[in-house]
Amino acid sequence: MALQSLDIKRRSATTSPTPSVREPSVGAVAKLIDVSKCIGCKACQTACMEWNDLRDEVGTNVGVYDNPADLTEHSWTVMRFAEYETPQGDLEWLIRKDGCMHCEDPGCLKACPSPGAIVQYANGIVDFHQEHCIGCGYCVTGCPFNVPRISKKDHKAYKCTLCSDRVAVGQEPACVKTCPTGAIEFGTKEVMTEHAQARIADLKSRGYANAGLYDPAGVGGTHVMYVLHHADQPTLYSGLPKDPQISPAVSLWKGVAKPLSMAAMALAALVGFFHYMRVGPAETSEEDERNAEKEVSHE
Amino acid sequence: MTNHWVDIKNADIILIMGGNAAEAHPCGFKWVTEAKAHRGAKLIVVDPRFTRSASVADVYAPIRTGTDIVFLGGVIRYLLEKDQIQHEYVRNYTDLSFIVREDFSFENGLFSGYNPEKRRYDKSSWDYERGEDGYVKTDPTLQHPRCVYQLMKQHYARYTPEMVERVCGTPQAKFLQICEMLASTAPANRVATILYALGWAQHSIGAQIIRTAAMMQLLLGNIGMPGGGINALRGHSNIQGLTDLGLMSNLLPGYLTLPNEAEQELPQYLAARTLKPLRPNQMSYWQNYPKFFVSLMKAWWGKAATAENNWAYDYLPKLDKPYDLLQVIELMAQGKMNGYICQGFNPLAAAPNKAKVLEGLAKLKYLVVMDPLATETSEFWRNAGESNPVDPSKIQTEVFRLPTTCFAEEDGSLVNSGRWLQWHWKGAEPPGEARSDIEIMAELFLRIRERYRREGGVFPDPILDLAWPYVNAARPTPEELAKEYSGKALVDLPDAKDPTKIVRRAGEQLAGFAELRDDGSTACGCWIFAGCWGPNGNLMARRDNSDPTGIGQTLGWAWAWPANRRILYNRASADLQGRPFDPQRKLIYWNGRAWTGADVPDFKADEPPDSGMGPFIMNPEGVARFFARAGMAEGPFPEHYEPFETPLGYNPLHPNTPAATSNPAARVFARDLADMGKVEEFPHVATTYRLTEHFHYWTKHVLLNNIVQPEQFVEIGEALAKELGITNGQQVKVSSKRGYIKAVALVTKRIRPLTIEGKTVHQVGIPIHWGFTGLTKPGFLANTLTPSVGDGNIQTPEFKSFLVKVEKA
Repeated sequence: MALQSLDIKRRSATTSPTPSVREPSVGAVAKLIDVSKCIGCKACQTACMEWNDLRDEVGTNVGVYDNPADLTEHSWTVMRFAEYETPQGDLEWLIRKDGCMHCEDPGCLKACPSPGAIVQYANGIVDFHQEHCIGCGYCVTGCPFNVPRISKKDHKAYKCTLCSDRVAVGQEPACVKTCPTGAIEFGTKEVMTEHAQARIADLKSRGYANAGLYDPAGVGGTHVMYVLHHADQPTLYSGLPKDPQISPAVSLWKGVAKPLSMAAMALAALVGFFHYMRVGPAETSEEDERNAEKEVSHE
Repeated sequence: MTNHWVDIKNADIILIMGGNAAEAHPCGFKWVTEAKAHRGAKLIVVDPRFTRSASVADVYAPIRTGTDIVFLGGVIRYLLEKDQIQHEYVRNYTDLSFIVREDFSFENGLFSGYNPEKRRYDKSSWDYERGEDGYVKTDPTLQHPRCVYQLMKQHYARYTPEMVERVCGTPQAKFLQICEMLASTAPANRVATILYALGWAQHSIGAQIIRTAAMMQLLLGNIGMPGGGINALRGHSNIQGLTDLGLMSNLLPGYLTLPNEAEQELPQYLAARTLKPLRPNQMSYWQNYPKFFVSLMKAWWGKAATAENNWAYDYLPKLDKPYDLLQVIELMAQGKMNGYICQGFNPLAAAPNKAKVLEGLAKLKYLVVMDPLATETSEFWRNAGESNPVDPSKIQTEVFRLPTTCFAEEDGSLVNSGRWLQWHWKGAEPPGEARSDIEIMAELFLRIRERYRREGGVFPDPILDLAWPYVNAARPTPEELAKEYSGKALVDLPDAKDPTKIVRRAGEQLAGFAELRDDGSTACGCWIFAGCWGPNGNLMARRDNSDPTGIGQTLGWAWAWPANRRILYNRASADLQGRPFDPQRKLIYWNGRAWTGADVPDFKADEPPDSGMGPFIMNPEGVARFFARAGMAEGPFPEHYEPFETPLGYNPLHPNTPAATSNPAARVFARDLADMGKVEEFPHVATTYRLTEHFHYWTKHVLLNNIVQPEQFVEIGEALAKELGITNGQQVKVSSKRGYIKAVALVTKRIRPLTIEGKTVHQVGIPIHWGFTGLTKPGFLANTLTPSVGDGNIQTPEFKSFLVKVEKA
């Protein structure tokens, strides 16, 4: 959804320099998800559905608490439940709210070939503008967290907007507002990082020696961060990547291949132009057409 | 709750057992989070399954369902053995020093006075020894062999850590770690709280489990303290209010009780309930029973209740037996009932043994269902395939569906778990033909009264004389009813000290139950609610959340019963000099002239702390009871009995006494006993419970809830799944002696097999919520499986512990 009230910092497939934007005086925003406080109640999922007016299908149970079982164009956030037996033999039920991480260096935006379909606002939020989306699915490839989903109905890409419409008018995202235990908090990235440190100290005092903040450097940090009890093993949390990177294909596309292919395209156009100037328009004779019709009727 | 939701934040240790607060009370659970964040509180979860609450706990311990008394009895033994008890508290505020009668005994799992034929006790020996002055004899040194302290120590000596491991399956190391954590709150400046729910209530020994927990809290001096108490988390938003207003079939509003058959005369009825002090200078607040009772009768029958007719005492039914839900279903199934009015209740899904309920409903001539939703009960006659395989042509019951408003479509008050009466306002107009329950009941009453007026009857007086003072007789307003419950003066009330002064004018609302009288000059529909709508208006509608002391006591927010008191027994939070036990958590204190502080004192306001008056003013002892006297059906000290469907077949504490295998004092109907399964045929232990995503059988009518939890499942441990060759997501059939359900298998690490008495016991988790109406994927009613037997005291069905067989569907 196009939202004009937030300053755009970056646009997909746009080489013209972005006009200098006014940086938010408080800096970038961040949502902090404290996995150690989360009880997996799914209130955030429901609030997301209500605020964004999304209604997924009534699915089936496939032997887990995760429902819907995966992110879809109608489910922008889902809870993922992982059962973990510690080396000491104790059980842990690691419940992670999954959804867009709002990377500072967004792979989706880099991969997107359609100008303006993906934008990053000055506050760090990465948003999809469906009116510019061509449904190519490159954002899916570009995302190191496997988040965007292509709608089967309108073939456009959808994901969490971090409630950019709410944030633009000074409100917290719907999931944050509804979270009953305060496991999801929202504020400036600076304050959230600071708050996370206090939470990590508490977890360490309770025996989680490797508690830490998940704010992966490989994507330039994220505007959705996790407090994890086992920050050394993020993959325990239903496969949260340990060191997410933008896919080499996308990097290649953006870094080397894209200028090269742009040059190739330009070359092709140039060659075409000279061909036209020297030979004239490509024309078919009447005989050619008759032969073609014969071939078609034989089939 | 003795305390309230916000107060959980004051706890140092939080024990969640017999409940799953994170799952079933996610909003209230925020206060656990607060306690952890701001007090560094530690959370302990003891549960058959590793639950959502366990996922954020510091310590989790598994337990076999239905063995909580062994666990808690083990904690009591630990505290007594290690002498980790709050000495000043227990010596002065409990009955530890009271001497028990010589003929009281406990042998082979049975207390003195047992009658095996009647399955009932003669409780006369379950009492204290009296001195010549009529008061109870005590031994403050606690050395007398028959003082409560010595008897209790002896009783729980058998509950060793080894026994806990053998019976509960809880590893000793975990058990002892939890004992240590709980014992850390014995010092006066440390407090533990307990959060429980149906996981304790829904057992044939449910009330005794809760009692054991209360005893543990008393030993630690945690009752009456901020951050302490024993806290029942109620399930429905207003089930506390319904209980307060007489939900139980033997109760009148405000926990007054209906007379029994032998009590035909009012003086006899009142004498049995007007409790005289058992120790010198005790308040024994139930001495005021006649004031509460007469005011209730005036509220109900107005001018027709007079001193001459004993305040219309004859209008009250005299019970020959309790008419609880299980009894009602039994009568229905026997064909002894013509009609049933089912208001805000879905018994086909909510009562045990669905097949029996179905049979009962089919034998009725008529069934009236008042509900906002199309419940299974209202469609019990519909063939829904395998999950409700009935033949409608064989059912003659006429069903009337009266659509009601839901809570958001009407004004009124809801009483939360913390006893707060919170007024709420209508948010939307009801759809279609829906009418409020009040309107429906009013019209029903007016029509019945009209017929009695026209045609007479055997005894029409109670109906014809019923006071009906509402402006619009067909539509009493919630405001009118609230004022009636709160109470008013019927004549000018003179001041007791100075009769020339008038305290309340005739017709004026009363400020509280202290103003109630037993001479017919006051009316009050529920004495514990007295003052909620006082002379200054509707206090339930207050929304001042200021918390001047910072310990979460928002006395200006809504109104709590009794008397806007937020923490019950709060006098016990202060020592014998009236100083708070914990200066950091000051609740109330003696300022030299009166009791004051952050709460309404639960004590005589001007009684000096050293006068000897005990803080437990409702008890005639003035102190809290470890020894329940005749208060419980099973005995004065809680003892473990196996669930009626036991995986062992005997009670490990009394292997040679078959009478003591399961609750010897529980009422069991012959037919239900025949419907109990044996472990040979049904080898797996099952328990039922609720999920966060749903509320009972209501939210399957709501799309959003169904999206996040669409289909019925049962939880099976990995070991059992492997044994049975069941894979995750596969369909399974779960059968009990009473029927079967089919559901998706959710194979989990979170249920581990337990070793009980040397043998492996598998537990199976069965969430309720599915049925044959609503938007969710159709499923089976979980009560198809559950046994029809109730707790020995209040008949809460044993939904939490029974035997099943799991197999591939």
